[in-house]
Amino acid sequence: MSLYQLSKLMFDLNRDGDLSDRFKQDPESVVCAYALTEEERGALLGPDIGLLYVLGVNGQLLMHYAALCGIEWSDYLQRMRDGVLVHGPVRAGIYALTTSPHTKVAG
Amino acid sequence: MSLVFAGVCSHAPGITGREERAPRELRDPFYAAYDRMRRALEDSRPDAVIVIAAEHFANFFMNNMPAFAMGMAESYTGPIEAVDWLKVPKREIRGDPALSQRLITTILDTVDVAYAEEWRFDHGIMVPLHFLDPQNRMTVIPANINCQGPPLTPLHRAWAFGEAIRRAADAAPERIAVIGTGGISHWPATPDSGRINEPWDREFLGRWARNDRTAMLSYTDAETYAEAGQGGFEIRTFIAAAAAAGGPGQVLHYAPIPIYAVGCTVATMEIA
Ligand SMILES: [Fe+2]
Repeated sequence: MSLYQLSKLMFDLNRDGDLSDRFKQDPESVVCAYALTEEERGALLGPDIGLLYVLGVNGQLLMHYAALCGIEWSDYLQRMRDGVLVHGPVRAGIYALTTSPHTKVAG
Repeated sequence: MSLVFAGVCSHAPGITGREERAPRELRDPFYAAYDRMRRALEDSRPDAVIVIAAEHFANFFMNNMPAFAMGMAESYTGPIEAVDWLKVPKREIRGDPALSQRLITTILDTVDVAYAEEWRFDHGIMVPLHFLDPQNRMTVIPANINCQGPPLTPLHRAWAFGEAIRRAADAAPERIAVIGTGGISHWPATPDSGRINEPWDREFLGRWARNDRTAMLSYTDAETYAEAGQGGFEIRTFIAAAAAAGGPGQVLHYAPIPIYAVGCTVATMEIA
């Protein structure tokens, strides 16, 4: 479990334009510098936004990663709900789902 | 000279980023309230505005998370978010390193605040500035309270930080404004985005407007998380602003706008 490393990568991508450009060209070359589990790596490269959410990535990082991946807002929310249906409840952090994965709150 | 203005407002990125997705009858009065706050702020003729924000990993991360930080740079940039996502243009914001240094020196007497000569503003500061300083004329000094990466800054320390800012502002010859930014109850960036606990918000705003220190500091983080979401942790910025101001507050606007993911709030507070 290396949620910190996964989160750090998203923090770095959000701050560093050169890194995020390189990530868009060749994501593996960026990801290899972070100590991720296979599950985390797969979720990141998918990208499997739902699994990243369930792994406990802080929403303030995940929402920017989703935007970087070109995922529109309502789609981002739906992917998180779908992630909970597929992978179960959020495993860590302070961004757990408090409604039902079948509930669309807004957007 | 002294503290000349205090207020608080929402900073959710949806306020600008998803502007057109809210009904106009909800959006327009909210924007109008920001404009009233802008005029009140301008009328106070501040030499510098301290924006007490709750940032979201734009600068501070779990590798080295300060409980409190203040900017001490010549200038700042923002927003860090993509312009087509936040819909706020990039700008350079003027700072005042000498004033920052004097303020921070005084604040350090009572609060261990980190200082930062680099700071990239995220929506926590840029959304308020977009409305409150659209011409980019003001001198800004950013301040941050850790509301995002637990263990969080305790509420009573947020109060102490506000008091320390007040002492520092009163000791400076400049005219200083303080603006706290954050949500009240909200569940941002989760599938619950748009959930808003209006009764909880109104209760909190009542305590805030009375500047009832004991009542504001009585929330536990467990209660706040359960009833107001992780976004509710940002009440720290409102609490610090209240401690700095000292007087009663006036809520200019409060109304939930679910697509903006927050109970949209604009309020000013008397300096006492
Ligand atoms: Fe926030």
